[in-house]
Amino acid sequence: MNLGHRALSEHRNVLIVIPAYNEEKNISSLLETIRKKISEIDILVIDDGSTDRTARVAEKAGALVVKLPFNMGYGAALQTGFKYALMKRYQYVVQMDADGQHDPGSIKALLDEIRKEDVDVVMGSRFFGNREYKAPFVRRTGIYIFGKIASIITGQYSTDPTSGFQALNRDAVRFYASPFYPVDYPDADVIIMLHRAGLRIREIPVTMHARKEGKSMHSGLKPLYYIFKMFLSMFVTLLRNDRFVRRVEKKEG
Amino acid sequence: MPLQQKIIAISISIILFMLIIDLVRRRMLREEYSWLWLLTGVVIVLLASWHGLLISITGLIGVVLPTSTLFFFGLLFLIIINLYFSTKISGLYDKVKDVSQEVAILKMELDRLVDSESKSD
Repeated sequence: MNLGHRALSEHRNVLIVIPAYNEEKNISSLLETIRKKISEIDILVIDDGSTDRTARVAEKAGALVVKLPFNMGYGAALQTGFKYALMKRYQYVVQMDADGQHDPGSIKALLDEIRKEDVDVVMGSRFFGNREYKAPFVRRTGIYIFGKIASIITGQYSTDPTSGFQALNRDAVRFYASPFYPVDYPDADVIIMLHRAGLRIREIPVTMHARKEGKSMHSGLKPLYYIFKMFLSMFVTLLRNDRFVRRVEKKEG
Repeated sequence: MPLQQKIIAISISIILFMLIIDLVRRRMLREEYSWLWLLTGVVIVLLASWHGLLISITGLIGVVLPTSTLFFFGLLFLIIINLYFSTKISGLYDKVKDVSQEVAILKMELDRLVDSESKSD
């Protein structure tokens, strides 16, 4: 099945958004697995200025591929997907990573939860419940600390606030596509922003794996910057009083 | 302030002034940014020619040497103008990001449209 040959106006109501940077080794097997596990969805890969053949491989695998003109970072790539979803009026969006850490088997669980329509964002947690995932110590500590902070601020328990494996409804997509969304390192601070914007979040357990190929975005000096950025971002989010208007008056059809 | 210093300060600011005006004339500097630089020129001329002002400011901020006052304000000005440019760059980053995202999406849409056109032909 090749999406490229369907009429432009036709699409399904669920979009999977996958930002990818130099993931030619992982992407095709990932797309295949998604297709196998779940049909009736569109897949959008955002090629974040890759220097390898990520875009071509993804296109061959039958995904829609947006090619950013240069490397813009994870957050900006992700947001491109949300903007597309908003433009095309998709009902639900699932965001996941291209490196194979997020198990496509969990997409269905995320979608089932968001389809209940009593929540705006469903976050997949690698720690909630069971799960085999073992994060490196530093990462685990960071996740724990920011989870605690986010829990205190939002008054809601969060075991994995940094998770990039989420399902969103249209309200949440609208928020993610807006200038409110922090495109450099969207992470634990997003939970606080979502909370401040009045969007409802829920966590469910998902399966995550260790990385297969390629380099993590959390390497080198980046963890330090990451920690600094999280604290600053959380702090200023609390200082801001501009509010994102969650609901549109008239529901779009 | 000795006459020599005055002459140098005033001529430097006049050259700066002319340079700014010329840059704006040749559209290498936008009017939007030129005012900041023109202001700098005016302040330098003012401080160089009006010694009393410099002395009173020096007394006001509790500095001993008038030259320190000049350096202090010079640095302060540079810091502020850098901050100003940082905000401008942040704004530009957002705009470039939005434009690139839209271009990328539109390009994909266009490619698909062309594809489906050539298919139906």
